[in-house]
Amino acid sequence: MSLNLIRRKTVNVVMLGLTGLCTFLAAGTLVYILGYLFVHGARSLDWNFFTKLPTPVGETGGGMANAIVGSAKLLGIAMVVGIPIGFLGGVYLAEFSGSTFGFFVRYTTDLLNGVPSIVIGIFAYTLIVLPQKHFSTLAGGLALGVMMIPIAIRSSEEFLRAVPTNLREGSMALGASKAKSILTVVIPAAKHGILTGIMLNLARVAGETAPLLFTSFSNRFWSPGIEQPTAALPVMIFTYAIAPYDDWHQQAWSAGFILLTLVLAVNIVARLILSKRGPAPR
Amino acid sequence: MRGILSWAALVVAMTTGVASAQQILINAAGATFPYPMYSKWFDDYHKKFPNLQFNYQSIGSGGGIQQVTAGTVDFGASDGPMNETQLKDFRDKHNGSGILHFPTVMGADIPVYNIPGVTAQLNFTPEALAGIFLGKIMKWNDPEIANANPGVKLPANNIVVVHRSDGSGTTYIWVDYLSKVSKEWETKVGRGTSVNWPVGLGGKGNEGVSGQVKQVPNSIGYVELIYAVQNKMTFGKVKNAAGVFVEASLAGVTAAAAGAAKEIPDDFRVSITNAPGKDSYPISSFTWLLVPEKIQDPAKKKAIKDFVAWMLVTGQTETEALSYAQLPKAVIAKEQKAIAKIQ
Amino acid sequence: MAASSTTVTSARPVGRAPSSWLRRLRSGDEIAYAITFCSAVSVLLITGLLVFELYTNSAIPRHKFGWSFLYTSVWDPVAGQFGAAPFIYGTVVTSALALIIGIPLGVGAAIFLAELAPPRISDALTFLIELLAAVPSVIFGLLGIFIMVPILSKIEPGLRAVLGWTPLFQGPFYGVSLLAAGVVLSVMIVPFIISISREVILAVPSDQREAALALGATRWESTWDAVVPYARKGIMGSIFLALARSLGETMAVTMVVGNEPKIHGSLFAPGYSIAAVIANEFTEATGDLYLGALIELGLVLFALTIVINGAARVLVLSTTQKGSG
Repeated sequence: MSLNLIRRKTVNVVMLGLTGLCTFLAAGTLVYILGYLFVHGARSLDWNFFTKLPTPVGETGGGMANAIVGSAKLLGIAMVVGIPIGFLGGVYLAEFSGSTFGFFVRYTTDLLNGVPSIVIGIFAYTLIVLPQKHFSTLAGGLALGVMMIPIAIRSSEEFLRAVPTNLREGSMALGASKAKSILTVVIPAAKHGILTGIMLNLARVAGETAPLLFTSFSNRFWSPGIEQPTAALPVMIFTYAIAPYDDWHQQAWSAGFILLTLVLAVNIVARLILSKRGPAPR
Repeated sequence: MRGILSWAALVVAMTTGVASAQQILINAAGATFPYPMYSKWFDDYHKKFPNLQFNYQSIGSGGGIQQVTAGTVDFGASDGPMNETQLKDFRDKHNGSGILHFPTVMGADIPVYNIPGVTAQLNFTPEALAGIFLGKIMKWNDPEIANANPGVKLPANNIVVVHRSDGSGTTYIWVDYLSKVSKEWETKVGRGTSVNWPVGLGGKGNEGVSGQVKQVPNSIGYVELIYAVQNKMTFGKVKNAAGVFVEASLAGVTAAAAGAAKEIPDDFRVSITNAPGKDSYPISSFTWLLVPEKIQDPAKKKAIKDFVAWMLVTGQTETEALSYAQLPKAVIAKEQKAIAKIQ
Repeated sequence: MAASSTTVTSARPVGRAPSSWLRRLRSGDEIAYAITFCSAVSVLLITGLLVFELYTNSAIPRHKFGWSFLYTSVWDPVAGQFGAAPFIYGTVVTSALALIIGIPLGVGAAIFLAELAPPRISDALTFLIELLAAVPSVIFGLLGIFIMVPILSKIEPGLRAVLGWTPLFQGPFYGVSLLAAGVVLSVMIVPFIISISREVILAVPSDQREAALALGATRWESTWDAVVPYARKGIMGSIFLALARSLGETMAVTMVVGNEPKIHGSLFAPGYSIAAVIANEFTEATGDLYLGALIELGLVLFALTIVINGAARVLVLSTTQKGSG
């Protein structure tokens, strides 16, 4: 074998190793994060965490019950705001739109998707908090909902487009109107993709902290209805992590563990459903 | 999907159910300086009147002033009294009606430090503190510090300054003091809840500064006394106007307020840093609740007025356990009369 | 490849009168069109409103400072002097550092996953890496404070010994720093680079690969010399997207960057980013000028991410369209 060939073969093996190392580093990071959170967070999870309200500074035994419920309410409002507009917008782009207007809508959707979450927070603050003169779950939920819209549109459109045209044409040939075809044939055909898209979308905004900082603010107590400030898991993690109290650090780990587990569980389930049914979402 | 929706509905119902018609939620925000005290007070008050919830968020005095001016909270809290511009801003935004200051407790800003190998309590002269925070004194074994601490072995390490990254009354108290003892500080940096710091790292809230000082070796920061006590951090003595090195204590803070108490102005805005007297702790301050003169909601108005009245009597008995000093009697009496100003 | 749906008009059944507008209305087509059209328009409205709110609420500082806002490096709330330079600097530096670390790691891993690894391992690892993209920012911040910063403190003497001759690695080190923020950001953007680059490389037509192999190239050579250059634009696009993402990252940066609104030459020094200062100071900006200055910073960040995202889309789209078969 010539020297050149040996050199080339060596480079081949070395690069295989190096790129493999990069990959295992990247994949390993996730395992490390999960493991670390598990060790630090899971072991101090007790019943208090899920059922008690925060205690005054310096006293132990507090929990994050209001934050868990608060996050759930925020996601509920976000869904109500983001899913209808996102889904219907996706239907429009997939089924009805012409090319120029469709281009504008897609372009603006991508624009909105790229807006940093803190700027969306400013938007919700100037739009809702200032005129209403108080922080509220509604403002926070709205900020999260606006974040959900672009992804909902794009993923809905993709899954609707993935439905073969012959299904549509078959339905119309049988005499159904366009609207009826979409409602009874196309959407059900795409339902798995759309549902998993919603799940992934929710999981993404569930972890958002920045837009909540000056919209839903925070609350030491339960937050009734949607017009009051509310505690939320990610915000509590932030507040407790930068404080000097060890008890608060402990709770931050636990909250982080819960949040991460939920987010990853939803992601894993969604991807498993999709991989069984069809191409993975982009 | 259906499952998520019905669970969400259940959760919303549950939390709206928790709030009966009687529940009154009062939102407040502001100073981190008295946060340990306020969180205890509001907790005790809630236990006494379960239908009243005072939701206090410690976001810094700057935040308290901003949010009460914007009207997004019912009252604010600050350890730096509002200045003329801020008062005018408030009146402009509230149709001419003003805002009242109610002192709640007195506390002390103390220099906390974390020097590996040094467990002794250090003495700081005003020149030392000003020099460190101006960035002119850069090493721990600088003569200005060493001369005040004979017998303590100070390392030649660089000093890491930690200050507040957020708008803070604790900062106001600190820079108010530095402005009084250092002409250079007064002209170069000045007073405010947020200043243009010559050097240092930023921590968010008293909590953030204590956290940073605990984690970073060779650091020095300023926090309210209770934060150092609760976190078992070392803090130094400061030389007062009479030339005595005093450790922050309830007695020292009370002594500092003694002179001001008799002549406290009607709006209660007064600075007691660098007070005369040999027992006075030089970096003491009142901290205030910022309550709008006109409160629309009658239930909230009554709740707030009752709370202030409770705070001035029962609340004062709980201060010492958390290392805050009680208000002087003359001030309490004057405040009790001032509650009537809340319309 | 999904068949794109064209606008299908109702087929006209033989023997029926042509569909009138009224008939279409009753059959629900017009209503469906109207509802979905309104949803699509509302996206335009919301985005327009967003830009409007940002623009009008930053009017006071814009009139006061004009364009000098972008290059003034003073951030002095007491004196009412606000300049964006320290934050633009911090944002750019931390993102640049994130890219410097992230690109070799990300592209390397993408190449491995798309070309060199056996398919089953590749799928499993890709799955794990894409999950990393789902981890919330605040969790990265949490880990940054308690793991990354102490680790950096330990390796700092080593770094200083090797790289201390550059001004980038001089000066005191407190743990929280531009370096810490850059490293945390790199971990956050690597999954995006990997995921998109991998797809782009997979989309390269196999004749490229096979032709190179037929000519006697090693696996690596066929990948690096034949496949990757073909996918170059798409990979660039993924890098731009990752950059856009890192510019807007808030929580993880806030928790480890040191919160100092000053420009220091060294990576060891604390700094600040646009998103971090907004997060920290928004609720307590006293006075309209201060609040307006923060909102103007939001406008600057918005503009930055729009430009970068736009460039990214162009690059990614042009490659995947070309490369798809």
